[in-house]
Amino acid sequence: MGQKGLSGMDAPVQTDPEEQFGVAVVRRLGAGFWIAASWIVVMVAAAVLAPWLPIADPNETGVGGRMDGPGWSNWFGTDSNGRDMFSRTIWGARVSLIVGFFSILLGICVGGTLGMIAGYFRGIVDRVISFSVFVLLAFPALVLALLVIGLAGQTLPIVTMTLGILAIAPIARLSRATTLAYSEREFVAAARVLGATDRRIMIRELLPNVLIPMGALTLLGMAITIVVEGGLAFLGLSVEEGFSWGKMIVLGSSPRTLREGPWVAMFPIGAMFMTVLALNFAGDRLREYFDVRELGIGVG
Amino acid sequence: MPDNVANSPLLEVDDLRTTFTIPTGDVKAVRGVSFTLDRGRTLGIVGESGSGKTVLARSIMRLNLGTNVTTTGTAAFDGNDVLTRSPSEMRQLWGSEMAMVFQDPMTSLNPLVRVQRQVTEHLCRHLNLNRSEARQAAVDLLREVRIPDPDTRLRSFPHELSGGMRQRVCIAVALACEPSLLFADEPTTALDVTVQHQILNLLSREQADREMAMVLVTHDLGVVAGRTDDTMVMYAGTVAEYAPTVSLFADMRHPYSEALMRSIPLTSFPSHTRLAAITGRPPDLIDPPTGCAFSPRCPYVQDHCVNEAPPLVEIDDPAHRLACWTPVGSPEALTAFEKNLAAGLPQAVAVDVSTTWSPTGGVDG
Repeated sequence: MGQKGLSGMDAPVQTDPEEQFGVAVVRRLGAGFWIAASWIVVMVAAAVLAPWLPIADPNETGVGGRMDGPGWSNWFGTDSNGRDMFSRTIWGARVSLIVGFFSILLGICVGGTLGMIAGYFRGIVDRVISFSVFVLLAFPALVLALLVIGLAGQTLPIVTMTLGILAIAPIARLSRATTLAYSEREFVAAARVLGATDRRIMIRELLPNVLIPMGALTLLGMAITIVVEGGLAFLGLSVEEGFSWGKMIVLGSSPRTLREGPWVAMFPIGAMFMTVLALNFAGDRLREYFDVRELGIGVG
Repeated sequence: MPDNVANSPLLEVDDLRTTFTIPTGDVKAVRGVSFTLDRGRTLGIVGESGSGKTVLARSIMRLNLGTNVTTTGTAAFDGNDVLTRSPSEMRQLWGSEMAMVFQDPMTSLNPLVRVQRQVTEHLCRHLNLNRSEARQAAVDLLREVRIPDPDTRLRSFPHELSGGMRQRVCIAVALACEPSLLFADEPTTALDVTVQHQILNLLSREQADREMAMVLVTHDLGVVAGRTDDTMVMYAGTVAEYAPTVSLFADMRHPYSEALMRSIPLTSFPSHTRLAAITGRPPDLIDPPTGCAFSPRCPYVQDHCVNEAPPLVEIDDPAHRLACWTPVGSPEALTAFEKNLAAGLPQAVAVDVSTTWSPTGGVDG
């Protein structure tokens, strides 16, 4: 049989998984995923390369006239200080994406580890960790953010860390539940009776299995965090230096600005909307995709 | 002790009791089981679901995790009790001395790890092999468990293999470090009937070739017949009957063994024969009956059975041990049966109706 890999892209009809297993196995991520992924890649690339891109300085006033509409010279128009909105949207992506990515990274490192420890060892360890997670979940997120950012200062690391702390609890719960399910599986018992240590079982056997649902959650979590950062900006609690999409939206959302130059708010809103949509969509498709892999195991 | 290690039994279990504490009470899953297993011998543990056979095997393997499990008694492996060993001391036994094949090959392989790593991972650590030696050892192992084209299969993921193939891989993993004792916990229950036979033959062959002791846990008497040296029939966490397999099948004395035997369908039965099921259900192990645990379902039950639990004693043949007041075929059993039938006891009536059973009919090995 010429069955090579699982791509199924150029495989002949008889090796198509759908034919083989007799069930509708969706093996492809679909065009929607690739569009969403492309958007994310473009946004990330633009944000990373912003200093080297041939775009106007986002803080330079008088690049165009005040409140110029979108046009050839300033694609996204200018704001009330005559700053180029196109350049500002790209620079704004830097803060939004950094906050989105690093806070979820923190959440996964801390929450994922705690969840795995709770799910693997159970007993008293589980009870302590689960209780702490419930406390964290029960604590009003906004109050926590207000407290920490208000006390520690409105810097990028503090905002990122605060949102990261808020991400710990839900991630820990997912990681605990996944670990519980997998540590019931006999391959964990099999590894143990072959002499594997607890640490080895957790890292080599359980971690790869737990990371899959977490990977999809990363994208969804980033989407949520970007929106939450926008909300914090609305309360005047986002980063003081520099600006994020959220802060740009706030600046463009006074009734007068909205009347005279709606593009000032609309372009960052659009960028945020598209990015959050793309992250959600891609994350969701990835989750489904890997669920199918699970299905394949049950069937095959 | 160390002086006569070669003659001492490999595994000596004495009065093993395992209890799970749950909110509604203590589940006494294993209630005082004793047996010995010599090197290179095979023992079949038979019983229905909930009879404690898997918990027994897992207790000896020290696989019952959780803070709610208590195990008492002793299980001496090579003269040393495994129940008191620390996890790191157990790790020296696991894999290299004691290994286990699990019931469900769907879940006993890590879905994200290629066959090669699953087979070689522990091999490398126990035997200190390098990569290419380990790979060669894995190919040899897969060939030994009759997996065609082992070189290709090493690169497969578990979901690319069939159930039977996966169980073969599991057996290869368990055999990798040449254990002296192998537990096979219902190794064929999750498999297709046509594959069951092959897997059992594979296990028997490996056991004989490697002179390895094996404990075969199953709910199917037909599986142990002709494959194990001794058979232990368990019911409700206790040993009902323990005998060399040959003499057990020739002379089944416990009513529960007889009932299990009766419930095996034979191809020689005329069609539409009603299968003799065992009436009732296994006892509540939180509050087990004071008398014989099987008495509520036994067609030969007498008042004595309900009041006092029968001890496990040797009968005529010293190797044949039995825990029953009214052994099958004894005059007491016959009178008790007549009496129960007249009283309309459901379990007695059920036996009387089923005409397919002949005590000497036997089952094809």
